[in-house]
Amino acid sequence: MTISIDPQKTNNESLQPKGWLRYLSFSLDHKVIGIQYLVCGFLFYLIGGTLASAIRIELASPMSDFMPRDVYNQVLTLHGTIMIFLWIVPVVNGAFGNYLIPFYVGARDMAFPRLNAVAFWLIPPSGLMLVASYFVEGAAQAGWTAYPPLSITTPQSGQIIWILSVLLLGGSSIFGGINFIATIIKLRRPGLKLMQLPMYCWAMLGTSLLVVLSTPVLAGTLILLSFDIIANTGFFNPVLGGNVVVYQHLFWFYSHPAVYIMVLPAFGLVSEILPVHARKPLFGYTTMVFSIMGIVVLGLVVWAHHMFTSGTPPWMRLFFTIATAFIAVPTGIKFFNWVATLWGGKISINSAMLFSCGFIINFVFGGITGVALAQVPFDIHVHDTYFVVAHFHYIVYGGTVFIIFSSIYHWFSKVTGKMLDEKLGILHFIITFIGFNLCFAPQHWLGLNGMPRRVAEYDPQFQFVNQISSLGALLMAISTIPFLINVFLSLRNGKDAGDNPWNALTPEWLTSSPPPVENWEGEAPLVEEPYGYGKEISERK
Amino acid sequence: MLNKNIYLILIISLIFAISFWIGFNVNLLPTEASINAPIYDELFKILFIIGLIIFIGMTIAVIYSLFRFRKRNDQIGDGIALEGNLSLEIVWTIIPSIIVLLIGLYSYNIYDRMGGMKELNHNHEMMSSNSEKIWAGISQTSDNEIAINNLSIEVSAMQFAFLFNYPKGNFISGELHVPVDQKISMKMESKDVIHAFWVPEFRIKQDIIPGQPTILNFTPTKVGKYPIICAELCGPYHGGMRASIIVEEESDYNEWFNKNKKPEVNL
Repeated sequence: MTISIDPQKTNNESLQPKGWLRYLSFSLDHKVIGIQYLVCGFLFYLIGGTLASAIRIELASPMSDFMPRDVYNQVLTLHGTIMIFLWIVPVVNGAFGNYLIPFYVGARDMAFPRLNAVAFWLIPPSGLMLVASYFVEGAAQAGWTAYPPLSITTPQSGQIIWILSVLLLGGSSIFGGINFIATIIKLRRPGLKLMQLPMYCWAMLGTSLLVVLSTPVLAGTLILLSFDIIANTGFFNPVLGGNVVVYQHLFWFYSHPAVYIMVLPAFGLVSEILPVHARKPLFGYTTMVFSIMGIVVLGLVVWAHHMFTSGTPPWMRLFFTIATAFIAVPTGIKFFNWVATLWGGKISINSAMLFSCGFIINFVFGGITGVALAQVPFDIHVHDTYFVVAHFHYIVYGGTVFIIFSSIYHWFSKVTGKMLDEKLGILHFIITFIGFNLCFAPQHWLGLNGMPRRVAEYDPQFQFVNQISSLGALLMAISTIPFLINVFLSLRNGKDAGDNPWNALTPEWLTSSPPPVENWEGEAPLVEEPYGYGKEISERK
Repeated sequence: MLNKNIYLILIISLIFAISFWIGFNVNLLPTEASINAPIYDELFKILFIIGLIIFIGMTIAVIYSLFRFRKRNDQIGDGIALEGNLSLEIVWTIIPSIIVLLIGLYSYNIYDRMGGMKELNHNHEMMSSNSEKIWAGISQTSDNEIAINNLSIEVSAMQFAFLFNYPKGNFISGELHVPVDQKISMKMESKDVIHAFWVPEFRIKQDIIPGQPTILNFTPTKVGKYPIICAELCGPYHGGMRASIIVEEESDYNEWFNKNKKPEVNL
């Protein structure tokens, strides 16, 4: 018997439900928790997407005529909060992190399985609470940034429920971050060196450091804000001598790193996907690791670029301009390395590859507008306009969400043992790519020409361009249909995938699909070259 | 090998040519109506061209790789086992660093030309009562140039309107009237939540913050009527919070000013 199994754990597992019911249980299996994160996140993505559609319907005409104005502000607040805290952060971190990291380090589970389950089970109640706040007295309506004094003066119950919900989600995120750091550092199988880990481990290590360093600041800030709301304190309330700009500093100290919490894991995932389908080693492993850590360090010192019009001293604006623009350097290195990974490969053009390439193109575009926005004089004109809306959707949708879909096409067969249909997948990619660009590219022009963000009504001269944007949003909504059909059909009667349909070398493919509870029958394999493509098997270490 | 290099140079020159052509011929910005606007548009053009070169270059590289290196049906096995190339890595670390640094220095220069780096006068009576600390937006005037004249305007913002107080004329207006080609200085304060003062045609924006007055100076250069837009979410009617700025010839402005002027009341 080569498998060593913790007897207490086995005991627990025998008590837990089998089949699909285990996905509704307090399971301690990292693979089950990963899928719980993914499915839960996707359900919230559908809710957030419905809210986005409502926004685009409202904006198809220049008048505020589709919904009441305060409801519109609730919708945009919930859309932002749900998409960030309930879809992207939990899915790129929680879902893929939980599923993949133990495989990558050669462990049988995460370092703290119970903490892991707690971290997941905080999400559904806080998400439902957030959505339900709409039916109490109206949801929060101060935007996902909740700037005081607006957040202090709008109806209290919605704002307080929003704060509670974000605090719980932040807690879940911190639990997850601690767990990932412990797993990657302490649970590596003997003989596996740090510089042999797949790139996603490095991305998750960097991301988790950001989570652990910056999320507590958000938690503290929101607790102070809730005191201002319910206990009439004056931390941020100008009427009582509070300072509203201090809130912005504290908020963005978390919320700018939050952008990297959303994109760094995607950088890791795409580094796993490209080498497999291009049949080439990941180009420049070492520089990729250093660029991730460079982004982590720089990401912590750029927050005030969200506040160039808030009344900040000139020297501060200058410092944050240079720091922000320099993030383009490590980020650029990663993109050049990915293109170099494709160069000279034998590329299979499938859904996973197309979504990854769509990610590169969209993200480069969003990165370029990001460098422009970092420049104070540039930002002063377009700050708080649709230019910014377009920019960050290119980063989080065109970037991260494209990678989430790419990852689903890549790892579906590992999780289920079935293949997703490629024709439907490519159709999904084409509609998403066209719809996304049609929706967000015109918004750059809107912002430059005078349309502020978060408005329900606008100058009628912008109607035509807004309708193009709404048409793009409609295509994006439609694009989920072939995806959902694909998932359900493939689950039912998809082609059997076998254990390793892509002939990949990373450790999760060296076990059966779906993997056993203990991840491997027998000992975890030692994979020293997760990207050893193009070498004879005898050459591989 | 020589042939390959010639193609590469050709493609790169073509990308440059297309980017420059688009940069100089496609106008994405509204009318230029203040001293700031042409300076801003100069920066925009440069960033636009650099951005286009990088974007078109990367997109072509990705799409070309997908076609050129796609797996043909008869092919088996892997691509080349190339794990990296140190000199390439150094090239694409150093070149972007230089570009980013140059853009940063250039935008610093632009910001300085807009007046953003000027320290504000803290003891100016009109602009600040003794103890309050004022945060500057863009200020195109040096300390000595801010004079107490009828071009000093006090802006108050509230849900969901702007009010413009002309202290020298002792009246309040809902429309902002200013004479063309003269320096205007505004002290802005909010009565309730955060608002922002944005005139797209002037390329200026400054938040109006409760409990913290801000200053914004500008010089309009073109007669006309332009929208003043609130850019910071301020409540249900945020989208409707707009006003107009009317830039007029000095004689027209004086006529309007004198018509509205009220005698000072001495209490």
